[in-house]
Amino acid sequence: MKPPRFHYHDPKTVPEVVGLLKTLPNARMLAGGQSLMPMLNMRLVLPDHLIDLNRVEGLAYIRETGGALEIGAMTRQRELEFSEIVRELCPMMHEAILQVGHRQTRNRGTLGGSLCQLDPSAELVAVAAALDATVAVAGPKGKREIPFSEFPKTYMTPAIEPDELLTGVRFPLWAKNHGHAFVEFARRHGDFAIVSAAALLEEDGGGKIKRASVTLGGVAAAPVRVRELEKAIMGHVASDALFREACEVCRKIEAMQDVHAPSSYRQHLAAVLSRRALEKAHARIGGGRG
Amino acid sequence: MDRPVFQPALEGGSIGRSVPRLEDLPMLTGSGRYAADISFPRELHMRVVRSSHAHGRIVSIDAAGALAVAGCVAVWTSRDVAEIPPIDFRPTRVQGLEPYRQPILARDRVRYVGEPVAVVFAEDPYLAEDAADLVTMEVEELPVLLSADAVPGEFEPGRNTEPAVIRKGYGDVNGAFRAAHTVVELDLAIGRHSGVPLETRGAIARYDEMRDVLELHGATKRPHANRDLLARMLARAPGSIHLYEGHVGGGFGVRGEVYPEDVLVCAAALRLGRPVKWIEDRRENLMACNHSREQRHRVRAAIDAKGRILGIDDEFFHDQGAYVRTHGARVADMTAGMLPGPYRVPAYRAIGHYRLTNKTPAATYRAPGRYEATFVCERLLDAIAAKIGIDRVEARRRNLVPKAEMPYARELDVIDTEVVLDSGDYAGLLDKALTRADWPALQRQLETRRAAGEAVGAGLAFFVEKSGLGPVDGARISMAADGTFDVVTGAASLGQGVETVLAQIAADALGVDYRRVRVIHGHTDRIEQGYGSHASRTTVMTGSAVHIAATKLRENMQPGCSAQGSFKSEHMTYPYGVHIAVVKVDRETGGVVIERYLAAFDIGRAVNPRLVEGQIEGGVVQGLGGALLEEFVYDAQGSPLSVTLADYTMPTACEAPGIAVLLTEDAPSPLNPLGLKGAGEGGVNPVGAVIASAIDDALGVPGAVTRLPVTPPRLVEIMRAERR
Repeated sequence: MKPPRFHYHDPKTVPEVVGLLKTLPNARMLAGGQSLMPMLNMRLVLPDHLIDLNRVEGLAYIRETGGALEIGAMTRQRELEFSEIVRELCPMMHEAILQVGHRQTRNRGTLGGSLCQLDPSAELVAVAAALDATVAVAGPKGKREIPFSEFPKTYMTPAIEPDELLTGVRFPLWAKNHGHAFVEFARRHGDFAIVSAAALLEEDGGGKIKRASVTLGGVAAAPVRVRELEKAIMGHVASDALFREACEVCRKIEAMQDVHAPSSYRQHLAAVLSRRALEKAHARIGGGRG
Repeated sequence: MDRPVFQPALEGGSIGRSVPRLEDLPMLTGSGRYAADISFPRELHMRVVRSSHAHGRIVSIDAAGALAVAGCVAVWTSRDVAEIPPIDFRPTRVQGLEPYRQPILARDRVRYVGEPVAVVFAEDPYLAEDAADLVTMEVEELPVLLSADAVPGEFEPGRNTEPAVIRKGYGDVNGAFRAAHTVVELDLAIGRHSGVPLETRGAIARYDEMRDVLELHGATKRPHANRDLLARMLARAPGSIHLYEGHVGGGFGVRGEVYPEDVLVCAAALRLGRPVKWIEDRRENLMACNHSREQRHRVRAAIDAKGRILGIDDEFFHDQGAYVRTHGARVADMTAGMLPGPYRVPAYRAIGHYRLTNKTPAATYRAPGRYEATFVCERLLDAIAAKIGIDRVEARRRNLVPKAEMPYARELDVIDTEVVLDSGDYAGLLDKALTRADWPALQRQLETRRAAGEAVGAGLAFFVEKSGLGPVDGARISMAADGTFDVVTGAASLGQGVETVLAQIAADALGVDYRRVRVIHGHTDRIEQGYGSHASRTTVMTGSAVHIAATKLRENMQPGCSAQGSFKSEHMTYPYGVHIAVVKVDRETGGVVIERYLAAFDIGRAVNPRLVEGQIEGGVVQGLGGALLEEFVYDAQGSPLSVTLADYTMPTACEAPGIAVLLTEDAPSPLNPLGLKGAGEGGVNPVGAVIASAIDDALGVPGAVTRLPVTPPRLVEIMRAERR
């Protein structure tokens, strides 16, 4: 549990980071270190260079701009947790962040770190998928944006180039009185969820669902937007039967398995938790406490 | 913090008072000394190269790459330690275990993933790990055996993987089953889990050539026995090896035994002429430190029309892992010897297949054999109640050994001592526990909630513990000029409060403030003999010796005077208890929440009730790990999958329920002067049993739980099967 030898770099600006990434072979970036440090110690990653992002200027912020929430990549999870803007404009993210690890890990862990680590069970990854976030990256050719639906390339691998870094994330906001919920099942407090479910709902004046987003984390290699389920409830008046029936489709998702649970259990949880998330989100439409 | 000001002795004696612990100051002020805190000038760091194959023949090992690393001093394989014999086990009546002992480095074959194959010594721990990564080996794979209830395989030519069969019993078992009104039959399994101390293992050895003394730091639990074992293995006089214990971050049975790494640091310190330090990392800890508990039982009970037990017949399969370790077959032995628990069982037969597999070797973990046996016995009692159609409490009442029959001798032995339940009022404690839990009202509440659709239920488990293992313990107490007292013991501290409790016992006999008493333990150069701290023995054995010594000293209590005490015991003492748990099951996710927990325990006499409660609370939480959360899982090739604390999920403070402890002193032991019984293992013993019973009740399905841990996927499967 001792890392092999590596060179440490401590840049102060984004262009400096990009410069280092361009010239250094086999480099890794260090954000909050909550995943990378154990991986280094267990020698699961063997970088020749470690680029520390913790003193890079301008990467930690939370602001509202043009109907969206913009959050810097190095914003600590603990900052998200206590942000009034997040709680007010994006309550689902607030509910999710409370289920991310422990307060000790949230003190260090960052938004960008979590998204780039891309653990299939990570709450913030599911949040980004649920909100159709856009990821901003900087590289030698300048800046570019990637829709989150295209961000996961393969298992735990984001679609960014080796010489690029994630600088910020844009989360489009939902209408003021939307319903929201983030629920998960983990074996212990603070563990990665076995399965998590995020739901967002808007109703029209007649009580019919006019907009819906349902996302499952922990089921597959990347978060699953359950479009078939979203489509099935659109235009309908919410009811227990509607949600229950519509969520059955989640049992068909091709699910992964690991030491904690077989795929059949994940499929089962997917149906249960998506329904619970929808019920909770629906009860919160218009400011209900759910 | 200020230095303590001595007060006059507590009125009414020092025993029975929840006085503050003497050993807390260094821990609370951050000045504790754990194994990793101990360093010596010029020390080398050892790194173990471990097998990544579950079973195979070693074709070759290549250390050239490692030796080329600057700062790497030596690399050893089994050839370099050929003269050191395999690690011995404690004396036992069980025959035939010798060929299955573990060599300190694998010879010819590797038998589990994590087995030490080579060791690297280097100038710092980083270089040691760099070099270890460059040791390569070629292994020709052999068939992997992963379950103890499968057909035994070949250990080596001419020897199969069943070193021993443990047979215990008495009475006419076949006659009991012929005469039975009914027979209940169960197939039960306990998962592989273990004690996982927050402080991993560590060993630091140094050799002083001038005095010809080898020192080993870091171990605790049984210093004298470990010293003697190391002396035999290294062909040295016991007096030329000194063991020192520091503070310890948890023992639980696994930490403090002699493992290959302990022997290797000693051999290296002698041969390389420099101090050698080894600190285990967590990944190693989870694949190389003793595992425990994994058993499968096929058990049946013959009962009469009233649900009274006529006989129990148990055949079980004990998964020992790859080698016989220091405990020999003790866990299987204790399982068979303790299984009848608190009940009158006129005829009994246990056949325990003690078998090797290609998994991490197993040994004792807090309440070894009893966590397993109580789960089996109490599952039987619940099944008997369901079969006859009586209440679970009533089924126990009809079978408990009555107070009038104490002491109650069984024709059984455990760890080579005859089982004589020394004292107890089992029915009395059951009544007290039910009253404390307000059992009838609780049943009504649960009924109401179940009617409203909740899956809630209560479970109950009775158990008998064992404690105070002999054979003997001594203590020497002396009075200094300033009016303080030194008590030198052969005990060891596992963090449980040894110093406080022994000081209280001494102070009580001396009639002084317990803070005047300084307790020395865990140093083999301070006392000739000692049996350490394990098997819930220290308060009973060492405490009795201290009491005897202090009582003698009081007759002539003057500065400079000293007295010795010795206490022998051929029999163990048997504390007992009842646990009651209320659980709520989420029918959809299979999640289990423990709403209430009561642990009732008769300790005979509590020297420090708060410390006893702490022992029980900690034990309960560990027990919940084995009941709901913890399991060492292997894939089909024998690779361990639970090698980080994210995959081996122990309960944390967040998962621990509020635990109420009902401590009683109704049955002091007649076997020692103070009536003491041990407290170390009464918390963990019945937890698997009580959680199983509570989940059954919540689901309304008696006998639903047959396997621990009850994980959410398994519970969802149980409910799905029930609906079919």
